[in-house]
Amino acid sequence: MANEDLQIPGYEIPPEMQGQVAVTTLDRIYNWGRKNSLWPMMFGLACCAIEMIATAASRFDFARFGMEVMRPSPRQADVMIVSGTVTKKMVPQIVRLYNQMPEPKYVVAMGACASGGGPFKEGYNVVSGIDKFIPVDVYIPGCPPTPQALINGLMMLQKKVERESLRTARWYSREPAPAIPVPVLGPDLMDPRRYDEIRAYTLSKRNQQTTEEQTEA
Amino acid sequence: MAESPVVGTQLNLLDHFPEWLKKDERPGFEGYIVPAEHLLEFAHALRDRFGYDLLSSVTGVDYLPEGKMEVVYHALQTTGGPVLNFKVQVDRQNPVVPSVVSIWPGADFQEREAWDLLGIRFEGHPDLRRILMWEGFAGHPLRKDWKEPYFEEEAKPYKSRWPEGHVQRAEDRHPLHDNVDYPAGFDPDSWSPETADDVLYKTYQSIMEGSDSELHTDRMIVNLGPQHPSTHGVFRMVVVLDGETVVDVKPVFGYLHRNHEKIGERCTWLQIMPFTDRLDYISSMSNNFGYALAVERLMGIKPPERAEYIRVMMAELTRIVSHLISIGFLLNDLGAYFTPSLYALEERELILDIFEAVSGSRMMCNYFRFGGVARDLPEGVLDKVKELVFERLPRKIDEFDRYLTRNEIVRVRTEGVGVLTAEQAIALSATGPILRASGVPYDIRRADPYSIYDRFDFDVVVRYHGDVYDRYLVRLEEIRQSIRILQQVVRDIPEGPVQTGKPQWQVRVPAGESYGRVEGPKGELGYYIVSNGKPNPWRYHVRAPSFVNLTSLAQMARGGKVADIVVILGSIDIVLGEVDR
Ligand code: SF4
Repeated sequence: MANEDLQIPGYEIPPEMQGQVAVTTLDRIYNWGRKNSLWPMMFGLACCAIEMIATAASRFDFARFGMEVMRPSPRQADVMIVSGTVTKKMVPQIVRLYNQMPEPKYVVAMGACASGGGPFKEGYNVVSGIDKFIPVDVYIPGCPPTPQALINGLMMLQKKVERESLRTARWYSREPAPAIPVPVLGPDLMDPRRYDEIRAYTLSKRNQQTTEEQTEA
Repeated sequence: MAESPVVGTQLNLLDHFPEWLKKDERPGFEGYIVPAEHLLEFAHALRDRFGYDLLSSVTGVDYLPEGKMEVVYHALQTTGGPVLNFKVQVDRQNPVVPSVVSIWPGADFQEREAWDLLGIRFEGHPDLRRILMWEGFAGHPLRKDWKEPYFEEEAKPYKSRWPEGHVQRAEDRHPLHDNVDYPAGFDPDSWSPETADDVLYKTYQSIMEGSDSELHTDRMIVNLGPQHPSTHGVFRMVVVLDGETVVDVKPVFGYLHRNHEKIGERCTWLQIMPFTDRLDYISSMSNNFGYALAVERLMGIKPPERAEYIRVMMAELTRIVSHLISIGFLLNDLGAYFTPSLYALEERELILDIFEAVSGSRMMCNYFRFGGVARDLPEGVLDKVKELVFERLPRKIDEFDRYLTRNEIVRVRTEGVGVLTAEQAIALSATGPILRASGVPYDIRRADPYSIYDRFDFDVVVRYHGDVYDRYLVRLEEIRQSIRILQQVVRDIPEGPVQTGKPQWQVRVPAGESYGRVEGPKGELGYYIVSNGKPNPWRYHVRAPSFVNLTSLAQMARGGKVADIVVILGSIDIVLGEVDR
């Protein structure tokens, strides 16, 4: 399979060398290596994590995609599979873990919960999707997604990796990736990027209350 | 301990406390009402004179219209029999109830939960902190007048969706376009973010000083989790160490608190069923079972014969799955990296095939209905089950046995580790394999039989050392017993309908209360529901076995080595969906 992926057309390779030699670009060979050894972070949040484990186990076996090296440390991982409900109490930790991953890094939102809150969306401790805080590369629908769906999602991610270019890749630019501000647990979850909005909201809420009290009085 | 316990059903407690004890006479309700000032006296008598040695569940109910808060207790005798239900009613403005932790230490986390979610203060509780939400969170969310940010209506089906549906995202309705809300006039910059952990570490202050070791080592706090490869999900333990020795452990919960109960109280009775799947997501079928039993008790209906058999079949298959996973991952925690769990998952896949065939989903089965099950077994499923329980599974379990039980490393790491004596287990409200591994042969299928369990031949597995090894042995043997039950099920299952009456999407549940409990794979799974005759429950509470079993974690871990904590936690077998709900 490698050859079809790597060979760029237009170069004549003698028949006896086909299968051993390929003429390719740096981008292609580099991405081909990367996409076949994406290391996921060993990190489960809820029910979807059990299907992720099943995907790693014998029947589905995502080692076939070079993904069996699950790393408990974010510093050694390439992909974060957000597998389950993101709660307000947990999201500071998830953002911190994401910040600790070295670039290039990818995020897969597995299942309804991670993608948008899922069945528990209306709950007071539930975040409406992890993309409110960190950028997501692939969304996988399902509750839980079947192992087949997860594998499909991971193959989508591989395709995405394949299309990246060394020249434009963000992680080769001079600046380090800006860290995402870690949300804070206050009277409710607070996103540091939105403090101004929050202040405006609570202020208008108080004004409204005072007007109500005045009209009553 | 007990003076000659009087057996449950004949017992009339009114004779013993005529001055102040009252029967709960609201229609559909049962049990007793105890005045708050006599609660401790009553609890003492229950435990020491009447043999109610295990306090199974504690929870609160907010009766907003009556201006009352009620704390509901369920106690049981470990010699068997039905649960005893008693309540304390207090004023809603200032709900204070004496804590029963001094009598039943197992009430610890459950009282904290009632404080956290309902704001009921338990006087005399040694460590009354929030448990599922964080310290500093505004309000007590299970109170009936507390509204979540995405609040739409009191009860489903919401008018925006039924009878005519409109696509409307919850974010678009909220001024902040997010699932958050803040008190009026709140300034985020004024918030000091450390509060929650400060409160927790402060509880350790006294033990942090003074070490008893000769080396005068410093004590140290180590956090394991919430992201840790061996905490089985987003669970956190805060451990105090003296060298390598564990001085104390406190679990921190709530990282997967998905507001199951609040959402449940907005849902219709049937809409809750799929949510129960997601409690202990490894054993969705037995979660369905408990909830169906609780509602059926209130409705006064019974499923037809065939449905009963199907239910038992599914529940026992679930038990096998859950125990297999538990054994596999316990070995993982011991360092047998992944091989045993891969063996376990292989068998699990075969059982999941059956679940998928009957319900359409591998994990979230949503298969039980009030008065039966959703649909009959499709063709071929029974043969598959037969193949499994007569051929494959017994062989595979023997294989596990052969590889693990006498393995030297397994024995050295687990024997005598994490010991819980029978008295401790009962006092700490442990149930399920934990209790049985400590020498108490209590299994609800025998002690208070439900469904048709009284028809089957099986043994209640019990071991006596109360250590990690015995918990492993109990689980292994219980799989064999489940296979035995399954063999009888496939032999005897009759033909016939699988649902009483017509399938309905909206059932009528008469006013009253009900506590339905089953012997789930992890212990006593109980559902406490209160109906006021409306299409939605007034109160819906889950007594989650792995949550309550965690009460004994500290007892098991104290004095041991830090490396053993992970194994001990593995032997409790928790699933976070159920712990945090
Ligand atoms: S999407 Fe469904 S299965 Fe996945 S975590 Fe959410 S509730 Fe669980």
